[in-house]
Amino acid sequence: MSTIPIFADESWRLPSRGRVGMLSLIVGESGIFTIFVVAYIYYIGRSTTGPTPRILEVPIFNTVCLLSSSLTIWLAERAIEHSFVRRFAALWALTMALGIEFLAGTAIEWRTLIFEDHLTVRTNLFGTTFYSLVGLHATHVIVGLIGLSLVMIFTLLGRVNRAHAERIQVLALYWHFVDAVWVVVFTVVYIVGR
Amino acid sequence: MRIMQPRRSPASIRSLMTFSLLGAAAHLGMAEGPQSIPSTFAPASTPAHEIYGLSLFVILITGSIFVSVAGLLTYVIIKYRFRESDGQHEPAQVYGSVQVELAWTVIPILIVVVLFLTTARIIFAVQDAPKPKSALDVTVIGHQFWWEFRYPKLGIVTANELHIPVSTSQRPEPTYMRLLSSDVDHSFWVPQLAGKTDLIPNHPNDLWMDPRQPGLYLGQCAQFCGVEHAKMLLRVYVDTPEQFAAWVKDQQQPGAQDEKVAAGRHVFETEACMNCHTVSGTEAKGTFGPDLTHLMSRATIAAGAATNTPENLRAWIKDPDDFKPGALMPAMQLSDEQIDQLVAYLSTLH
Amino acid sequence: MADQTLPISGPLGEAYPSRGTWLEWLHSWVVTVDHKKLGILYVVYAIFFLLVAGGEAMAIRIQLAFPHNHFVSPEVYNELFTMHGTTMVFLVGMPILFGFANYLVPLMIGARDMAFPRLNAFSFWLTAFGGLMLYFSIIGGFGLYGMGSAPDIGWFAYAPLTAKAFTPGHNTDYWALALIVSGFGTLGTAINIIATTLSMRCKGMTLMRMPLFVWLMLVVSAMTLVTITPLTAAQVMLLIDRYLGGHFFDAQAGGSPIVWIHFFWIFGHPEVYILVLPAFAIANEVIPVFSRKAVFGYPAMVAASVGIAFVSMTVWAHHMFTVGMTSVGNTFFVLSTMIVGIPTGIKIFNWLATMWGGRIHFATPMLFATGFLFQFLIAGLTGIMLSVAPWDWQLHNSYFVIAHFHYVLVGAIVFNIFAAIYYWYPKATGRMLSETLGKWHFWLFLIGFHITFDTMHFVGLLGMPRSIYTYEPDRGWNTLNLIISIGGFIQAIAVLIFAWNLIHSYFRGKEAGNDPWDAWTLEWATPSPPPAYNFATDPVVRSRRPLWDLKHPKDPDWKYER
Ligand code: HEA
Ligand code: HEA
Ligand code: HEC
Ligand code: CUA
Ligand SMILES: [Cu+2]
Repeated sequence: MSTIPIFADESWRLPSRGRVGMLSLIVGESGIFTIFVVAYIYYIGRSTTGPTPRILEVPIFNTVCLLSSSLTIWLAERAIEHSFVRRFAALWALTMALGIEFLAGTAIEWRTLIFEDHLTVRTNLFGTTFYSLVGLHATHVIVGLIGLSLVMIFTLLGRVNRAHAERIQVLALYWHFVDAVWVVVFTVVYIVGR
Repeated sequence: MRIMQPRRSPASIRSLMTFSLLGAAAHLGMAEGPQSIPSTFAPASTPAHEIYGLSLFVILITGSIFVSVAGLLTYVIIKYRFRESDGQHEPAQVYGSVQVELAWTVIPILIVVVLFLTTARIIFAVQDAPKPKSALDVTVIGHQFWWEFRYPKLGIVTANELHIPVSTSQRPEPTYMRLLSSDVDHSFWVPQLAGKTDLIPNHPNDLWMDPRQPGLYLGQCAQFCGVEHAKMLLRVYVDTPEQFAAWVKDQQQPGAQDEKVAAGRHVFETEACMNCHTVSGTEAKGTFGPDLTHLMSRATIAAGAATNTPENLRAWIKDPDDFKPGALMPAMQLSDEQIDQLVAYLSTLH
Repeated sequence: MADQTLPISGPLGEAYPSRGTWLEWLHSWVVTVDHKKLGILYVVYAIFFLLVAGGEAMAIRIQLAFPHNHFVSPEVYNELFTMHGTTMVFLVGMPILFGFANYLVPLMIGARDMAFPRLNAFSFWLTAFGGLMLYFSIIGGFGLYGMGSAPDIGWFAYAPLTAKAFTPGHNTDYWALALIVSGFGTLGTAINIIATTLSMRCKGMTLMRMPLFVWLMLVVSAMTLVTITPLTAAQVMLLIDRYLGGHFFDAQAGGSPIVWIHFFWIFGHPEVYILVLPAFAIANEVIPVFSRKAVFGYPAMVAASVGIAFVSMTVWAHHMFTVGMTSVGNTFFVLSTMIVGIPTGIKIFNWLATMWGGRIHFATPMLFATGFLFQFLIAGLTGIMLSVAPWDWQLHNSYFVIAHFHYVLVGAIVFNIFAAIYYWYPKATGRMLSETLGKWHFWLFLIGFHITFDTMHFVGLLGMPRSIYTYEPDRGWNTLNLIISIGGFIQAIAVLIFAWNLIHSYFRGKEAGNDPWDAWTLEWATPSPPPAYNFATDPVVRSRRPLWDLKHPKDPDWKYER
């Protein structure tokens, strides 16, 4: 039985659904971040009492770590594309280490803020907006790390090969996004807002 | 004090007639009672009037769009209905036409330009009107579920019923209001006098009006503000200059001190009443509830929830939930005797 | 009619394996990842909540039928309108539209399923859980402390009324959490639809050959990504305020309630277009088929939809003309709002032109679509009236606004949802809905609708504010309110007829065949109901109306298409 008449279109190529899906997710996430960033900017200098952003220290080392993790993950992507599984595993582990360092840095920063500067969500508007924005970003780093560790486990089990390059790139896209958002958060919180 | 019945100006009656449907609607309403309809089409002050004029223009334009498009649609429905005589074959397929499509893009653009310019003119005229020296200042503070009015230059504090002078071209005395809120968002709306403006905590707003006709104008809170949002009513008395002067003079007096009701006053000052209410010239200096110094000069109590009669007062004090469930004044568990004494006392606060 | 002439892809088979015990049947629905089953689940879920929220509307109308009525207490009234609005928007409007998208998009683009079937199922269950949670507030609103209560803050939930100080208890938290949860479901579905339309099209289905329905769903999904997320963000802030003692919307600590209002409408306004674009999508399929003509000006329709999506992101503050923006701010939002009328006008005119010169068959779907055209025209024009900022200072928060948006939400969207159900029910169940009941449904609903919502404009102009549980008898609103309430009940009767039609026709309806409306898009090339795999062989298309080409081999569309 014939189907719809066939006028075959030779070059029928469609974008990968994984990529499209991840890009859509990123657009959506940007919506969330935009609102938090806008709230942060709007409330700069409007706290009525308590500590001000002056108490913040610019987390240069942290930032360098996170941003370089974008580079390492990119190299990892290249490695798996060319079937260099060992190199991939090493670079992937390095990426994770950089991410973990970033989280640790944030944890230390918050510790100081809470116990020495007595800044909490409750203290004032600065506290509310600061912890929410930076915390929102840190949450994304955590989610990203969970994704990365899944890949790591499969790599260690020897289940990852070139065929997975595409999926790995999709996940890496998310990691790049988390890094890119940090640039925005960093600029707003530690440069403009201070 | 004489309470004036609102009067509808001839112009507004004419306008109501212009819109037969709305006219009919308003007539339905008017048949029901005194002319207290807060119609947006019966403006009595410059801002309301400007809006009204603009609305006529907009109705004209949108009305013509409606008539032409709906007319076409009706024509199509009748003309191109399927009839048995049409048989089975399909009509000619038309996929589009650049000229036609361009036409119905450009014409709406032109309409939008016209509408926009007219609107912008009125926005600036109303919102950025310069404030004349002779203006009266009033601070309006929204509370869950009542209005506080302060006249900073006159030293008057009152509630729920606003008195302002009529403003004529010979004797312009517009009222400029500063709108504040002590708790949640409210909105000040007396349709015949001006459009509404919100009262938002931490965000002072301004509103002005220059009523042309003495009388009583009704309105109410127009932003959902909690349980009793529906009973946050507003009465604006537009007084003649003489009436207004007399009212101001009255309000500036301290609260009456009548020895005959000392018992009631005692209850007022020993029970919790004075924590929330002020009666100037006495110990009572609370600000959580309305100022009661001249309670008897008001026609209603509890933001228009009831008329100001001794029976209603006693019902109110006994249990505010009786006619305003959810109002923020507690029922004080007083004995009937205490309530009688209180009502007697309150009744002297002219 | 054209049934026999239509070649069917693949063997005609049972759509779903035979039912077995009811437990197996239930199980098959719960674990399904089939886009068609999920689509049906969405639609059924939405119709259920339409009845619930409609019932709430009826309670509202009983209370307002007379001044100083005591049918419900003020607290309950506030819960009623909050739940009515929230339910209608989030548990009826969004799910039903995603339901249609789920069911139809893969079929229309010649795909076998959505891009991510499991994500699809997960999204549905998130949405369902969100709805459950919202209604659970009725028993759980005050936690263990006492009787429960539903949210009572309006669907816009303006701060600071939502602060702990003004709404103790947990009902507001349920409101926020339920919408966050269902919001994630929505986000998942939106991502899925985008990936499906971009990556799953059959051979030859270029973007400019996709049915307009698919185009609009693509646009809506893209809008959803950047619209639902601001609401989620704002609700997270609200919860931070309520639970962690934050100050986002706390005026005492320097926070600004206006910020909430902005955030809400940055979501809220695009949201209403998210609701209406799928209704347009439905009209785009129904009107051409029943006019027997190709849609007029396809490229312009696509451009207008994309244009609406972009412009609608810049107009949110037209809900805020009374919060005290500067005159320049007000002027800007007047302009951007009015500009939306232009692409929308293009759509109306194109539909008109599609009907022009056609042979219009007024079957029930077309009746509803025609009703939609009239009502949307009026609704749009009252929207233009509201966009005139000074006039909005009068109309804002009055029943005029209520009338405006019910004209769109009911007059346009619900009408088109009905059109869609009458149109695609045969495809999904294999049976026609009864035309006789359909006509009763249509005319009663039309009459009830106009009695209710036309009248609302007038009480609004006479100064009646919204959200009030009662009103004074001396304001001239009494008779009008009674009329409004009567109209509401006529609508309820119509909806009951509809519900009966759905059930009755499922068992007794006329056999539909594959292509009862002699239509042109790919879903009609499958059996009714379609098998789990949709198409036995992947279809290939060469024009926007593959089935037209098939039925008119001498005069196919691809010869003419621009
Ligand atoms: C699906 C829903 C939907 C849709 C499609 C619309 C469409 C429009 N809406 Fe509506 N609106 C709502 C749902 C919707 N609205 C809701 C729910 C609210 C209230 C929320 C709340 O407060 O709870 C609201 C409130 C609302 C307000 C705020 C009122 C207030 O609270 O004070 C305004 C103000 O500008 C407005 C304007 C418009 C405009 C200009 C359009 C335009 O898109 C209409 C465009 C259409 C046309 C103009 C008709 C066709 C065009 C032509 C025939 C061409 C020629 C025309 C011209 C050149 C003008 N709407
Ligand atoms: C898709 C959206 C949608 C739909 C379809 C409707 C449908 C209806 N709405 Fe709704 N409405 C909103 C969205 C919607 N509404 C929103 C967003 C608000 C704002 C809320 C807020 O301010 O927070 C609102 C507010 C609102 C108000 C204002 C409340 C107030 O401000 O105080 C009123 C008042 O009359 C109203 C009435 C109606 C009526 C009569 C219908 C009718 O069309 C309904 C007809 C359907 C039925 C009747 C269903 C049939 C039901 C049964 C068969 C079950 C049994 C029936 C009975 C008990 C009789 N609505
Ligand atoms: C906890 C605060 C509180 C206490 C105590 C209190 N009131 Fe009130 N009162 C209010 C509030 C708030 C209102 C406004 C209620 C409304 O309109 O919603 C009000 C309104 C009134 C009104 C109506 C005023 C008007 O102009 O409409 C009267 C009269 C009144 N109270 C008398 C009393 C008396 C007498 C007592 C003592 C027995 C008392 N109140 C105790 C808070 C209080
Ligand atoms: Cu105050 Cu509503
Ligand atoms: Cu809007």
